[in-house]
Amino acid sequence: MAQLAAFYERMFFIRRFEETLLDLFSLGKLVGTTHTYIGQEANAVGLIDHLDPDRDVIFSNHRCHGHYLAFTDDAFGLLCEVMGKAPGVCGGKGGSQHLCKGNFYSNGVLGSIVPVATGIALAEKKKGTGAVSTVFLGDGTLGEGVTYESLNMASLWQLPVLFVVENNHYAQSTPVELELAGSIAARGAAFGVETAELDTTDVDLIHSAAGQAISRIRETSAPYFLVLNTYRFSPHSKSDDQRDPAEIEERRTRDPLLIAGARLADDERSAIEARCEDRLAEIVEAADAAPAAAPEAA
Amino acid sequence: MTPPPKRGVQALNEALHEIFGRRDDVYLFGEDILDPYGGAFKVTSGLSDAYPDRVITTPISEASLFGVAAGMALRGQRPILEIMFGDFISLGLDQVVNSISKFREMYDDQVTVPMVVRTPMGGRRGYGPTHSQSLEKLLLGIPNICVVAGSECHDLGALLIQAVEDERPVFFIENKLMYGRVLRRPEDGHIAELAVRESDGPYPALTFSGTDFAEASATIVTYGGMLPVVLDAVTELILEHEIFCEVVALSQLLPMELDTVLESVSRTGALVTAEEGTLTGGFGAEIAARVQAAVWSDLRAPVQRVAARDGIIPSARLLEDAMLPSVEDIVAAVSALEGVRS
Repeated sequence: MAQLAAFYERMFFIRRFEETLLDLFSLGKLVGTTHTYIGQEANAVGLIDHLDPDRDVIFSNHRCHGHYLAFTDDAFGLLCEVMGKAPGVCGGKGGSQHLCKGNFYSNGVLGSIVPVATGIALAEKKKGTGAVSTVFLGDGTLGEGVTYESLNMASLWQLPVLFVVENNHYAQSTPVELELAGSIAARGAAFGVETAELDTTDVDLIHSAAGQAISRIRETSAPYFLVLNTYRFSPHSKSDDQRDPAEIEERRTRDPLLIAGARLADDERSAIEARCEDRLAEIVEAADAAPAAAPEAA
Repeated sequence: MTPPPKRGVQALNEALHEIFGRRDDVYLFGEDILDPYGGAFKVTSGLSDAYPDRVITTPISEASLFGVAAGMALRGQRPILEIMFGDFISLGLDQVVNSISKFREMYDDQVTVPMVVRTPMGGRRGYGPTHSQSLEKLLLGIPNICVVAGSECHDLGALLIQAVEDERPVFFIENKLMYGRVLRRPEDGHIAELAVRESDGPYPALTFSGTDFAEASATIVTYGGMLPVVLDAVTELILEHEIFCEVVALSQLLPMELDTVLESVSRTGALVTAEEGTLTGGFGAEIAARVQAAVWSDLRAPVQRVAARDGIIPSARLLEDAMLPSVEDIVAAVSALEGVRS
């Protein structure tokens, strides 16, 4: 129960962080772009609970905030980065999609991150650190050829890479049916990579499956291909959404927060939510007051 | 005691053995690099026998291999990636543009990407349109990388070792003809009849003079596999036209540092650029812009560019020769400058 409460707190915080970003955009306090993780929180929280931030490595994509928060818990550094503030984790140079802190990296070109994560796994294997290199892909990333080159090399060289495909069923505005042929899971299997597929937003089930995947990688030092069928409630970035509202409403009945929250006592859930709101309000206030990232004085 | 003559491939191979012996974080990736084959041009010969755990033969997956090397470098290793033909760097350009060159600055200096991409460029071997190009100019517009191209008069092995020690990503351009040519290093400040000065810095420039650095008619700036063509032209200009030139052979193409060129132009008042890549948007164009901005009043004529024609490199010998810059092209460019003076 303590574990579920912790998961709920992390998921709720990610949800509210991302909703706050969209609010800040509306208020004109953010410029540029962002890709929110709203609806997919159980994936990051359930999976990353098994990773050790001091040893394991994550390479994430454009939709990286949930992964970043679950791995580093550095909400202030992230918010400042997205707001273009000097204390941002990359000094405002990276912005929403290009984060780096410790063993966490993200980049904004789909597919490009997959070979880099494969090289990271090779380095860690050669160094004998026992680290797992986790890379987050989406259904859209499966259109990029380097994904398959990387699967081939990771399998050929038996590298400790966890390929996580978060299939949220849309590549920006294009439904998966218009961008993907064949089976996603079979793509991993075709390269001789152990594969599992889940169709759930239940953080406990994702935690359990991810635990199995990561244990297998630690035992065998071989790659693993984990397909998580999911859904994002929010637009691809900010307001670009032409999906059928009825489809989104139907998906909201399987909101990971509803599923996990229903297992908590009302007062416990309320306390968690209040704690998250307080923490977020403090962070927003501090980030708002922080100085803008600016060129160094000559 | 003069050391025995050494060919380009041998100098590079010895340097790789030296750096593998010196550092245990150096890895080599590439296609067909294992012994006994030892790479398409044999540069990696003997390495996989000596260091089997650190020499990794790869699938034909250039687009990903650039990224794999970047991942190794991010995690503290020193990967060297051999791309069998320079023409294939196009497959890896996404990684170069959006990952390798960007990580350090966009992550606010939290990381470095110390990797080397070695690859042969150049034609004159009849390999045809997709195995003969000099594509290094595609790299010259990418900030935050280093592009190095030694010539047969540079200490090629020292350049390669320096590249591996460099904290920046280095693209190390080798020339196919240079692999088989005997290297010529300055002795007592001379190579053949020409006086030679070598600049300081990790990737030196060589300045050649037929007048012992007294006044001369023009400076020709070049690099890599074009140097022997330029030196042949310089000899012809002296013997047949009594025109004396200086030649600057850069080895660091990017970041572009032109002190040696500007110094030479201050003695000659005219500049010709010579490269084997195609003309438009090339090495010479960038140099011309910079030199004209820096020393416009010292120049007595517009900068002349000698390069390959803007087209494909045909396979047939006579067609290829007509496409690539020649001794005659360089002589003509220098003669054109002389016409301006008279």
